[in-house]
Amino acid sequence: MADVSSRDKTQSWFYTDIVKDHFFHPRNFMHEQADETQYNAIGKVGSPACGDELRVWMKVDPTTERITDFHWRTFGCGSAIASTSMASVMVTENGGMTLEQARQLKPQDIMERLGGLPQRKFHCSVLCDKALRDAINDYYRRSGQTDKILVEAFRIIDQVSKVTDHDIEEAVLDGAHTIELVQQKTKVGIGNPSCLPAVEELIRFYKEKYFG
Amino acid sequence: MPSVYLDHAATTPLDPRVLEVMLPYLKDRFGNPSSFHTLGKQAKDAIDEARSSIAEILGARPDELLFTSSGTESDNLAVLGYARANQKTGKHLITSLIEHHAVLEAVMHLEKKEGFQVTYLSPDKEGLITPEQVARALREDTILVSIMAANNEIGTIQPISEIGNVIQKFRQEKGRAWPVFHTDACQATGFFPLNVEKLHVDLLTINGSKMYGPKGVGVLYVKRGIKLQPLLFGGPQERGLRPGTEHVAGIVGMARAFELVQGDLQHESERLIPLRDELIEGIIKTIPKVRLNGHRTKRLPNNVNISFMDIEGEALLLYLDAAGIFSSTGSACTSASLDPSHVILALGMPYEVAHGSLRFTLGHATTKEDIAYVLETLPPLVAKLRSISPVRVDEKYFR
Repeated sequence: MADVSSRDKTQSWFYTDIVKDHFFHPRNFMHEQADETQYNAIGKVGSPACGDELRVWMKVDPTTERITDFHWRTFGCGSAIASTSMASVMVTENGGMTLEQARQLKPQDIMERLGGLPQRKFHCSVLCDKALRDAINDYYRRSGQTDKILVEAFRIIDQVSKVTDHDIEEAVLDGAHTIELVQQKTKVGIGNPSCLPAVEELIRFYKEKYFG
Repeated sequence: MPSVYLDHAATTPLDPRVLEVMLPYLKDRFGNPSSFHTLGKQAKDAIDEARSSIAEILGARPDELLFTSSGTESDNLAVLGYARANQKTGKHLITSLIEHHAVLEAVMHLEKKEGFQVTYLSPDKEGLITPEQVARALREDTILVSIMAANNEIGTIQPISEIGNVIQKFRQEKGRAWPVFHTDACQATGFFPLNVEKLHVDLLTINGSKMYGPKGVGVLYVKRGIKLQPLLFGGPQERGLRPGTEHVAGIVGMARAFELVQGDLQHESERLIPLRDELIEGIIKTIPKVRLNGHRTKRLPNNVNISFMDIEGEALLLYLDAAGIFSSTGSACTSASLDPSHVILALGMPYEVAHGSLRFTLGHATTKEDIAYVLETLPPLVAKLRSISPVRVDEKYFR
């Protein structure tokens, strides 16, 4: 950052019209007066230190196991707010996704519905799929279906940002070959520096694996 | 919709009086100052005149000024150029944690790649560096101290002349010509006199784009006798220290702009301070959980930097943008690095406070009505973003 970065139309607004619409008119956000007890699952990811924090409140119909209601609160930039808002629409539209469908939701799916996001924003600000999976596990935990709780197929490296070994693998494949570059893409360790040695080890591992 | 530009620390619009003197050099008087004919002479005379005019205001000799492409280049030339040319004398540098990146990254480069040692002074919670801190950091092998005159993010004004004094005394006691003192004064040009003798500085950076002058032109004042190693090679311009055909129109424009802002210092400061204070006090009064970053009074007359707890700066900046208010933020999201402001972190604030910071910088065109419009627009936008945020920052950070 050379100066405090300036307002710059071409940069700020490479946000698409859909992103802008969800940013200025966010759908399904959790009002402060809302009654948390009417939801049967909650999820959380990130921390304000990383620049993004997201909490979600989810209501699941116990007979159909479809998501009937999904509310959220986000601390984050324009694309973080817009992508969460869009995800909340996607999981509840057309009668709501089943939990198994919702589990398959990827950041790429959310980005596609938004008409794209600036490259630089993608890895760090689309977090809702992670919070959603956290909430799905919470639902199964509360409903006693502990066999359905899925520990992330990938190992979480940073408990704060919930960045996984797979995220780091993707970042390395994307060309991030130093810890600084991986942090720029994933924010791993920014709020939790204690995980950095493990991250460095993984970067070395994936570099050797893919680039020799 | 109103259009309220409050980002003058990023850049200022061109003063029409400046444009007027530049135009001939963009049209008919296009000669290369190095050419040996009438058009060349015309351009060379224009540069000489601009150099004399700026030198006079700085209290310097014309041959002590180098024209460069920007504040960044002047800072780089001062730091890299001086350190490299004088490394046989010593390899220790002193700077602060809140310098502009043009100084900070140059110094870090010397530290990482060229074997220099660096002391980074921490500001206090209000963003001030003291002369005593500098005095304590001086060593036998210190060759350069670089401390900015006024901070670009939080507007804090450093005691440059007192720091210069400390360094001068140290040199006198030791009976030698080093360490030398550099200051980046880019943000200060419109607000206080910049006499190099009174400031006790040996190297000083200013640029055109913060003083209603053109972008793409800067000046480095280099006290006579100071040796620099150039960053560029390939011509005799600027005594070989900054080769390349001169940006004649830019140089002419910068000189005019500097005359105009330095001639209007007091009047502009007296006009802006009440507006600045109205904005600061208005925000503090109407919006809970905010924190003023930087010293309350030892700050530039045009700078307001506030952290809004529980929300993220980019989101607020974009909401304001949609309302026609143009500001900037120290949030990570608008920076290429995704790190929040190094300046606000250096004040001892946690990441979440830096992420929520917003800077308004006032200027020539700013009116009382503009401030009233901001104060009317801002509170509901902050409230809206807070209502969708899950974060509740601890009150010890904004009390």
